[in-house]
Amino acid sequence: MRDQLADALKAGAGADYVEIRLQRSESTHLSYRGREIEQVGRTTGLGGAVRALVKGGWGFVSFNDLADLRASVELAVHQARLVGREETRFAPAEPVVDIVRPALGKDPRQISLADKKRLLDEYNEVIWRTSDKIQTSIIRYHDLSRLSYFANSEGSYIEQEMVDMSLVVVAVARDGSDVQQAFLSRGSAGDFSALENLHSEVEDAARRAVRLLSAKPVKGGTYTVIIDPRLAGVFIHEAFGHLSEADHVYENERLRELMQLGRRFGPPELNVFDGAAVPGLRGSYRYDDEGVPAHKTYLIREGVLVGRLHSRETAGKMGEAPTGNARAINYQFPPLVRMTNTAIENGTVPFEDMLADIQLGIYAKDAYGGETTMEMFTFSAAQAFMIRNGQIAEEVRGVNLTGNVFETLANIEAIGNDFRWNHSGGGCGKGGQSPLPVDEGSPHIRVRNVVVGGE
Amino acid sequence: MSLTLQEFEERVLELARRRAEQAEVFSVETVETPVAFEANRLKQLRTHRSRGVALRVIAGGRLGLASTTLLENPEDLVRDALAAAQFGAQAGFELPSTIEASPPAVFDPAVEALSVDEMVEIGQRMIDRARAENAALLCEAHLDKVVSTVRLHNSRGAAGSYCGTSFSLSFGVNLIRGTDMLDVWEWQTSRRLDIPSDAMVETVLHKVRLAERTAKVPTAQLPVILSPKGAGSTLIESLASGFNGKIVLQGASPVGDKLGKKAFSEKLTLYDDGLLDYAAGSAPFDDEGVPTRRTALVTEGVVTAFIYDLFTAYLAGTQSTGNAERSLSSLPSPSLHTVWMAPGDASLEDMLADIQEGLLVDQVMGAWAGNILAGEFSGNVHLGYRIEKGQIVGRVKDTMIAGNVFQALGNIAAIGRELYPVGGGLRLPYIYLPALGVASKDA
Repeated sequence: MRDQLADALKAGAGADYVEIRLQRSESTHLSYRGREIEQVGRTTGLGGAVRALVKGGWGFVSFNDLADLRASVELAVHQARLVGREETRFAPAEPVVDIVRPALGKDPRQISLADKKRLLDEYNEVIWRTSDKIQTSIIRYHDLSRLSYFANSEGSYIEQEMVDMSLVVVAVARDGSDVQQAFLSRGSAGDFSALENLHSEVEDAARRAVRLLSAKPVKGGTYTVIIDPRLAGVFIHEAFGHLSEADHVYENERLRELMQLGRRFGPPELNVFDGAAVPGLRGSYRYDDEGVPAHKTYLIREGVLVGRLHSRETAGKMGEAPTGNARAINYQFPPLVRMTNTAIENGTVPFEDMLADIQLGIYAKDAYGGETTMEMFTFSAAQAFMIRNGQIAEEVRGVNLTGNVFETLANIEAIGNDFRWNHSGGGCGKGGQSPLPVDEGSPHIRVRNVVVGGE
Repeated sequence: MSLTLQEFEERVLELARRRAEQAEVFSVETVETPVAFEANRLKQLRTHRSRGVALRVIAGGRLGLASTTLLENPEDLVRDALAAAQFGAQAGFELPSTIEASPPAVFDPAVEALSVDEMVEIGQRMIDRARAENAALLCEAHLDKVVSTVRLHNSRGAAGSYCGTSFSLSFGVNLIRGTDMLDVWEWQTSRRLDIPSDAMVETVLHKVRLAERTAKVPTAQLPVILSPKGAGSTLIESLASGFNGKIVLQGASPVGDKLGKKAFSEKLTLYDDGLLDYAAGSAPFDDEGVPTRRTALVTEGVVTAFIYDLFTAYLAGTQSTGNAERSLSSLPSPSLHTVWMAPGDASLEDMLADIQEGLLVDQVMGAWAGNILAGEFSGNVHLGYRIEKGQIVGRVKDTMIAGNVFQALGNIAAIGRELYPVGGGLRLPYIYLPALGVASKDA
């Protein structure tokens, strides 16, 4: 394969930079709707892409037919030439030759469809026996293994394998015309056993769905909010992670001024990092899709902006070093600057102390998801309770929170001492590439002045 | 040695029909050429050539699926589908034995003939126009041309194919003042070269002008006008799942038991339409060979239909409505074509004039992240304006709107008299709701 790619790269002579990715993949999915299985399927794939850079302009060609390889290199270079009008500023990276096989736990490829189905049957049964208010269930399991071959015009050649799994279990409860749902979402990089023995968590989700039937919609307004580690992970991903992706910043002069390293965003207790070099998580890898080794990058240290996430292009244009964050969801897309495993580091405040002096607030837990437009962002809780006089009080529902990056991080009042990673089965979306495996982590945090939507 | 796509498909069907009661081969071949402008200049040209094949079987009475982009071994694909069918859902329905195509036009030679140079020219002209008005704007334009061939044949003898074109155009601007960021964007998809690029820029510039000043709204129930885009991302997206036959069958749709009953304001009439010429959601037949059609989902407030594919219709004891949609790696599932609302009689000016204090909502963020099944939505007003005594007075920020779509559409003050395309799949008017929950940051 190495010779084949090296030979094809010769067709790109004259370009400032050319890379080829080929990927061979297989995946299995099973899904349930209600008591019955809905889908069982298997997908195998082969495809590749060429990306070329000429005078600052990019060409990109993806294909399924390997016979197109050489012609694709030529076309990508041709396209890049049509675009390129300036000089290429592409941060240098040491050429790498390596073969990476992941450290696998229980390999999902070694587990039969029958065994996978048996596990999901058990989870489904747990949901259905929880309550007669259960109206239906939805279960989705997906595993993907992929072998990528990467070669570039600078002499890098990397073979890298990844195995990713996700499981989402949804319980739907109904009372009259009221329909509520709660879910469990788990993912793993390479270990099927992370998806096993979740019966009690599944039962908990089913109970939550039933409980939500008697929860009142939250009253909209501004609250002090305690955010659990799961939702706080999504919070930092949306609130700050995306703004740290240098492709949002590097060609926007005004935003570059706002995102000067050294600017204070949060309290001195706040430390935030991202890194694929943190091992064993869904956003972990050895090399990114430009062949740059994974890093662990501090974004905020002691409340101050100290770093950001780069591809070779954004690093080159900002005069900073690449961080190994160029990722593409598959060969059909060019790499973008993406997060990997993003987290708020552990603090010191026990949960009870956070709660003690809140007269009226909200305890927001578990994430539906979130979205950002850089300045403003939302993050949505799957579970929430009112806090009254320092105590957790009645359950409420429909809690979607919004923040403003220039204020909300500064409004963090306490950072807990109970850090954990999410290990969720969801993913991140950007530029039409979704869901990209990522992880988030955090301890409990407390934030004042958060706007919560409601009637 | 690789086979051609058609040879591969024929071989797969031949092998599968011998070992399964029914078999169906679905393939898509696509050439896509996106042109991207970022930070006011041309940034990237791309070409995507993709092709893949899916095989669905009913074997031993059960459904199995396998798909591949690797055209080497037809036997492997058949083996994978049969292996999946051992554990698949029990399916007693029959695949169609013929495909009768519906009439909508889905191919425009002008899209096929559109050159990269012409696409670059359109994007450049949009950016030049926007920057001529306001040089502080940072513009982004994405143009995307797709030509694809869909082919379907099954063991009962049905065979059909069609070639479709699509052209998408999106234009957005970013403006930063202090720490205040304004993003305004528009996008449309059509199967024809009919998206007015000049008008799209003017729309964006108009919205930027309206956002010149900022304003606040209180935390309260306020009258709200949803723009077509705002209505799409709050009301219609959460409403749509309620009409999906699969959700209805599961008993998880809030309107599932309302067929033939009044569930909304009589001002509301809503169609799903697979027959509109050149609409992105139109096709001569759906992804399992059933002709597409127009379905009235809501007629003057009364729930009149749900949408089905063959399998869901079989389970529900009804007929497919021609709404099967699939990717290569998933079984068909009911999905909407183009949703359009019957226009009302109000102009935007009429609606504004009626409001003493209220909100005009255009772009909403994060409203999808909630209990969509129950129609509950809550989202950040990413682009919205305070209305005061009938006038738009400034842009609001750090503001949420929330409500329940089934309640909100039960009490509509007015529906606009013009429909606007929203993205690729919606055609909606302005919608005026007398009261919606608004929450904003304390002063």
